[in-house]
Amino acid sequence: MIITRNLTKRFGKIAAVRDVSLDVREGDRYGLLGPNGSGKSTLVRMLLGLVYATSGSITVLGEQVPRHASRVLPEIGALVEEPAAYPHLSGRANLRLLDAAGPHGSRRTRRRRVDDALEQVGLAGIDRRPVRAYSLGMRQRLGLAAALVRPPRLLILDEPTNGLDPRGIRDIRDLLIGLNESGVTIFLSSHLLAEVSALCTRVGVLDSGALVLQEQLASLQEPTGRVLVSTDDPERAVAALDGLVEHRDGADLVVRSSDPAALNNRLVTAGVPVRSLLAQRRSLEEIVLEVTGTGSDQFSVSAAGPHAARQAPQSAEPAEPPPAPEPPAPADRDVP
Amino acid sequence: MIAVELFKLVRRVRTWFSIALMCALPLVVAIFIAVTHLAPPPGQGSAFLSAVLDNGQLYPAAALALVLPVFLPVAVAVVAGDSIAGEASAGTLRYLLARPVGRTKLLVAKLVAVVTFTLAAVIAVTVTAYATGVLILGPSRASAVGFAPGQGSGGIAPGAGGAPTAGLQAGTAITSLSGTPLTTLQLIERVLGAMAFITVSMLGVAAIAIFLSTLTDSALGAALGALATLIGSEILVTLNAASTVQPYLPTRYWLAWIDFFRQPIFWRDIQRGFAIQLVYVVVFLGAAWANFATRDITT
Repeated sequence: MIITRNLTKRFGKIAAVRDVSLDVREGDRYGLLGPNGSGKSTLVRMLLGLVYATSGSITVLGEQVPRHASRVLPEIGALVEEPAAYPHLSGRANLRLLDAAGPHGSRRTRRRRVDDALEQVGLAGIDRRPVRAYSLGMRQRLGLAAALVRPPRLLILDEPTNGLDPRGIRDIRDLLIGLNESGVTIFLSSHLLAEVSALCTRVGVLDSGALVLQEQLASLQEPTGRVLVSTDDPERAVAALDGLVEHRDGADLVVRSSDPAALNNRLVTAGVPVRSLLAQRRSLEEIVLEVTGTGSDQFSVSAAGPHAARQAPQSAEPAEPPPAPEPPAPADRDVP
Repeated sequence: MIAVELFKLVRRVRTWFSIALMCALPLVVAIFIAVTHLAPPPGQGSAFLSAVLDNGQLYPAAALALVLPVFLPVAVAVVAGDSIAGEASAGTLRYLLARPVGRTKLLVAKLVAVVTFTLAAVIAVTVTAYATGVLILGPSRASAVGFAPGQGSGGIAPGAGGAPTAGLQAGTAITSLSGTPLTTLQLIERVLGAMAFITVSMLGVAAIAIFLSTLTDSALGAALGALATLIGSEILVTLNAASTVQPYLPTRYWLAWIDFFRQPIFWRDIQRGFAIQLVYVVVFLGAAWANFATRDITT
């Protein structure tokens, strides 16, 4: 759906995007992650033909961009950074205007399409208030509605849940998953890890303009070969496991094992009361922090190594013991 | 896309407010003249103003002369300066272009909207001024529409090319600047001609403002830049030392519309006025296109 080859964009001396080769496949829910200023928005703008690449090529829906952008853009719904609307007009009037501006905006079905889009984003009941009076969340929903007015094959969304409350985030996530299941490919950029890990099937990580990781989320989160065991009798457990315990913190143990069932069996046989047992998976946060450097809105005095990002705004926790992965993971075993 | 731009124009309060202001100025002037019966003497003050006490039907021409030097170009510069820069700073530009709306198409639609606005303003000023003239200043003193020959000191023809202080003293009827009478049909034709010429005269400002609008994200900056160009042009037009460049200045033939009220119509400056505006449109819209079509949209 989206393929870029060695895509580079320089603004003067600064390379905003360097040698990025994206590969977004049909049916993906692709999450582009990266710290602020890592080039996400510039990349999104290049995909839409708003910013011209310095070098490299872009193919979207099988067509070259920006040369044939006018052929593919009608099939793309886009949200680029914050939504924008004419503040003195109502949300409905804004959508009608935008719909009338592009091609394929049949006048006959315009009213229905606009109403459908508003309903999809939960704004069906908006009145004639001007957009000026909208809350941040309503504007965000309106921006999404604008992307959906002409049913898209591909959604390119920059920070789609920005400004939404938890309920709104949930609504939008459900909406996007529903659209994806009906065949819409979704490409979104975000710096919210939780958002991406709850929504996406595939992730790319951008750091200082370079794509440092691109992988299926599921394969990134394969079990790490460690099992987290919590027990009321850690001494007995350590003795029973005979050197497999890598780390002990009170009643919590990190055990080297790739077979949680066998491990559980062994503990129970040894008479260890197991409170909980969980195959360790890496969180998306760990994965991202491992591959990214300092966010570019941070300017440290010392020549910080790539791991300086552990003090990044995401407030990373110490690597060990790692935070429990999000439940429910398929390999979980809970023992009463 | 043109329909979309026109819709946006219609739904802007600014559009109506600026047109209302332009109509209000001649109204205020008419009230003062009607109350005091003090019109500027022929040859002084704004064009045609000296004649309106004698014939209210000439007031549309006087009103156009009142709004032409400042009000109209300011309004046109504001609307045209806002065209791209306003969309850019509001963030709506990127959504329009991603629709997609072709960049060239957008520029053309913007120009059409600006010209429509200018024409609407000129029509509104003419119509309200006609009503004002007839109702406040009264119709021709010779009662109703008179075709009688102008009496004695008919018109004072300004220097060829139209000096800014062109005056006209009509007798009891509508008289051309050359002193011969005009029929009502001729008068209507000539007012229409003047309206068209004034609208075209604004094309240069509009093109400059649209060009500046593609350079900056500040609508105010673009509008002020275009106005500064005009003021500079006005200064040079009156400067003898700058006579070599004067024929190419955007405001050089702005007053040539007065020539529509001569008998016969003095076409030379009107044609030159059209030509110079066309050149400005081609050059600056070309520059706007060249800049806008290749620009990164980062707002």
